[in-house]
Parts: sequence; C-alpha cells; structure tokens
Amino acid sequence: MSEDRGRGIVSGIDRRRPGVRWSLHLVQGVLLLATALIGLGPLLWTAKGAISPTQDLLRDPLRLWPSSVRWENLAAAWTELRVGHYLLNTVVLVGGSWFVQLFVATTGAFALSVLRPRFGKLVYGAVLATLFVPGTVSLVALYLTVLDLSLVDSPWAVWLPAGAHAFNVLIMKQFFDGLPKELYQAAQVDGAGSVRLFLHIVLPMSRPILAVVSLLAVMEGWKDFLWPMIAITDADTQPLAVALPRLAETAEQNQVIAGMLVAIIPPLLLFLVFQRHIVRGISFTGLKG
Amino acid sequence: MTTQHRRETQDRPHPMAAEPGVPSTQEQPPLDRRRPRRRPLLAGWLFLLPLIATFGCFAWWPIVRSVVLSFQSTNLVDAPTWVGMDNFANLLADPLLWTTVRNTVWFVVLALLFGFPLPIMLAVVMSELRRFGGLFRVLVYLPVVVPPVVAVLMWKWFYDPDFGLFNEALGVLGLGPFPWLQDTSTAMPSLVLEATWAAAGSTVLIYLAALTSVPGELYEAAEIDGATIMKRIWHVTLPQLRGVLLIMLLLQILGTFRIFTEPFVLTDGGPEDSTVTILLLIYRYAFIYGDYGVASALGVLLAIGLGVISAVYLRLTRKWSRT
Repeated sequence: MSEDRGRGIVSGIDRRRPGVRWSLHLVQGVLLLATALIGLGPLLWTAKGAISPTQDLLRDPLRLWPSSVRWENLAAAWTELRVGHYLLNTVVLVGGSWFVQLFVATTGAFALSVLRPRFGKLVYGAVLATLFVPGTVSLVALYLTVLDLSLVDSPWAVWLPAGAHAFNVLIMKQFFDGLPKELYQAAQVDGAGSVRLFLHIVLPMSRPILAVVSLLAVMEGWKDFLWPMIAITDADTQPLAVALPRLAETAEQNQVIAGMLVAIIPPLLLFLVFQRHIVRGISFTGLKG
Repeated sequence: MTTQHRRETQDRPHPMAAEPGVPSTQEQPPLDRRRPRRRPLLAGWLFLLPLIATFGCFAWWPIVRSVVLSFQSTNLVDAPTWVGMDNFANLLADPLLWTTVRNTVWFVVLALLFGFPLPIMLAVVMSELRRFGGLFRVLVYLPVVVPPVVAVLMWKWFYDPDFGLFNEALGVLGLGPFPWLQDTSTAMPSLVLEATWAAAGSTVLIYLAALTSVPGELYEAAEIDGATIMKRIWHVTLPQLRGVLLIMLLLQILGTFRIFTEPFVLTDGGPEDSTVTILLLIYRYAFIYGDYGVASALGVLLAIGLGVISAVYLRLTRKWSRT
C-alpha cells in the first residue's frame, strides 16, 4: 500500500506529530477490530454453527463456542443432505463454464487481434455492445432459447451461455494486442500455421491473463445463483448454491449451516492462495468495466 | 495457406527468417513492410466461430428475442401470437409494477447512501496505514468471497427476530428487539445492509488500486501550502479519484437496479410486497405465472430505463469527469 509509492496523504512530518501518530494508531486498531468482526465474524459464525447442536443456535445465539462440538454434523450434511453430491454438481458446472469461457475468449480474441478477418471489427463491436445490455434483461429470452435447444436440465445450459462473456474477450484481446507483432511474423515465416501460432506461441505467452480470467470465471461461476436455478430444474443436478435455500426450509438447521460452510471453503481457499491475481483482476475489472 | 506456400518455395527456411533486414535469395520479398501480412481468411473465421456461435445463441439472439417477445403472447405450446402493445398495457395496469419500481428505486438510493461513501473512506484510511495492509485487504474482501446465497442464508439467521444474532447483541446494549425483515419499513434497509456488506470489499480494492496512482507531489505541494490532512483528502485525493468514482457510482446504480438474490431468498418480496424488486417481478411473471411476454416487456422497459439513466448520467458528469 503506502510502501508502493513515495508518499501518501499523511507525510512523514505529520506522522511524527504525537496527535497524528496516536490517531493513526487508534484508527488502525478500530479498523482492525471492525474489519475482523465484519469480514471474519460471519465465517466464524458459520464454522461454529456447522459443528454445534441446533439448540445452541436457538437458545443462545451469542455463544462463542459450541456447547458440545459435533463433528458428525459435517458427515451428516455430507451424506444425508447430500452436500457432497451438490458440491460435485457445482464443480462440474463451474469447471465446464470455466473451460467454455476460456476457449471462446482465447480463440475469439486471437482471431480478432492476430488474424483479423474482414468484419472482425464489426464482430468485436457487437461483442462489446453486450456489455451495455445487462444480462438479466434478456433472461427470459435466454431461458426460452435454451429451452428451444433442449438444453434445460443439462449442464450445457450453464456451460454454453457462460461463454458469451464480453469482458473476457475484451481483456484477452487487449492482452494479445500488446504482444509483439514481430513474434507472429517470425512464426509465420517459419511456417507456423494459425493453429500452431495460437497453441505454441500466443497461449504460452498469455499465462498471466489466463490466470486472471480463470480465477474470475471460477469465482463468478461459484457465486452464480439465478441462472442455474432457472436452467436446472431437476433437483438432482442442481449446484450447491441452488440446493441450499431449498434444503434450508426443511432440513436440520445445523446441517444446512454445515452445507453453507462447505460452499464457502473452496472459493475462500482459492482467494487466499491466489490473492494477488484476484486483486489484480478486481482492479482491472473496476477500471475497465 | 500463404505461409505454407511461402515455405514450399523456399529450399530451407532461415532459422531466423523473421529479421526483415536479412536479404532473401528468393525473388519473393521476405515481408512487405508497408502492408501487413495477408490475412489468413478461413483460419480467421474458424477461430471466430466459437465466439460467434456462443454470442449469437446466448447474447445477441436473446436480446433481439426479448424485444420480439415483448410484443407477443406465448405459452410454449401454441405458436406465439402478435399482441401489439398488450403486454405493456397489462404491465402498466398491474398495481404491483409501481410498488416494484418504488421499492427498487428505494433500494438503489439506500444502497448508494450506505454503499458509496463507505468504501471510499475505508480505502483512503487503509492506504494510509503502514501496517497490516495485506491483512486489511483480505479481511475487507472476505464477504465478497462468500457465495451470495450462503451470505443471504447467514443473514437470515442474524436477522431472525426471536433468536437472531443482531437482536440478541443489541439486547445486551438495551436496544430493540427490531423486526428487521418482518416489518414493511425495516425490511428494505435490512436487505441494503446485507447487500452492502457483500459488495463493499471489491469496491474498496478498486479504490485502493486507484489511490496508488495519485502522484505524491500533489500531496507534497498541498502540504507546503499548509493544507491539513482532511483538506488534502478533500482537495487532492477525491478530485484525483473522480474518474474512478464516477464510473463506480454508475456501475453501482446499474448493479443495484438488478437486485434479485437478496429479496428472493430473504423475504420473497414480503412483507406486504415491500421488497418486491423489478427483477423479482420479472421472475414471477415468467417462471410463476408463465407469462413470458409480459416478463420480456418488463425486461425491455428495465433495459431502456437503465440506458436512459446511463446516458443522462454520462452527459451530466461529462464536464466534471474531464480535467
């Protein structure tokens, strides 16, 4: 943060003034407490709820530690509520969407940036135009289209529409545009066709942007709720996010909370491991979107 | 194609034939420098095919079809019939529409009041703290990582009037109990509180990134001129951020207009329709009443509304966003 640049709002001289120093310390302490409470608190609550008897939740919501730790809740949620099964559904949906997004964005951006067919600009314009039409507006028509293609209840109903992601194409194309042109020419003179150019030169050089797009795709797919709920009506193939609200109405509450914990853990781990990439992706999304 | 042809005509390709300065023994010029290489036409379109297919089926066509559907009556069994403006007339005659629009605008206003200044303040303060920078970023971003449905289910527990965390905690301080989601006047602000918690983290990170680009010399100059820390924030930081702030404000307005998961899972539009939002109404028309025509008409109206808002916003702020 402030180490990154020369100086910030508060100067070194300010920092040596006792009033400023103490208020900065105070702000730091308060902020640490507040962000921990607000950011970490709900996660800890979920973790606690997942291993508590339901009675704890009802009798004493402020309790910090379960009256009796019940690890078997997690196992029960996994088997009785079939959280494991729904988690697998989520993984399948997210994995497929990730692949389709990456496939469409890389091939499309490669064509638009490197091969540049006639009318390519027109296609690119039409892609960017979809950024300005919020997807939810055409939700009903999208559903009817998926219905016409008889994709409803199949994972393709989630995978294929995921590919129509203009932002991915945008950042991928910008990245390809930035690669040195001489490279393409060299490869072509060496006799590499478009496919080899794509697979052996452009893709390996694009690892950083592939990582950012992949992380955003996975995080986004994991959060998705409305579309999978509409497109996949069969309870057996629903992802965890769609199944949880339904389960919450009937099932044992501590098991539902265990299911919620299971749904949080994968994206949480992903975030903690790939923090830097995600932070970079976020700032990119915000500034360019 | 052309490259292959070129290869065949050469005895052996130069190991580094790309160097344009290398004279070729062949009469064919190695590369025409003024004109870019000829475009491999077929390959271009083949590579573009997945993009055109997915965007065609799942982005462009649904947008066109939404407009078509909004003038049709369809029940998925018989062929759709043209009904002119009937869908729009039915929609405008639905008293719930106006409640819905009011609710949604109320949500947007509240979400801006809660959710716009808070991330700015957090980002400015966080950027000035010398320690725990990474930790703060993680803590602030954690709510964003939680899938929205899970977040909403959590908050359902927190808001529970009888054994919710909030009422219990406030009860210790001698406050409440509050009805939260159970009362028409508090339900919407409760949804906004949850939505702000869920979204603020990513906005903070965007502002933090933008803050690093504010040149330190400006602060230096302001300080020499005797500006206090507060004045530096007001006269240097905020004006320097205004480009990002303007975009984020618009994105936030557009995003909050499309609120769905919170009212759908937390309140299902209740109590007494006080939290039915536009998207929830679209969902109900389409997937509960099976009236795809009216649902599409509402979708089209929402798109037009958001378009008008964006256009007016960009026009109004045009002067201000430039230097």
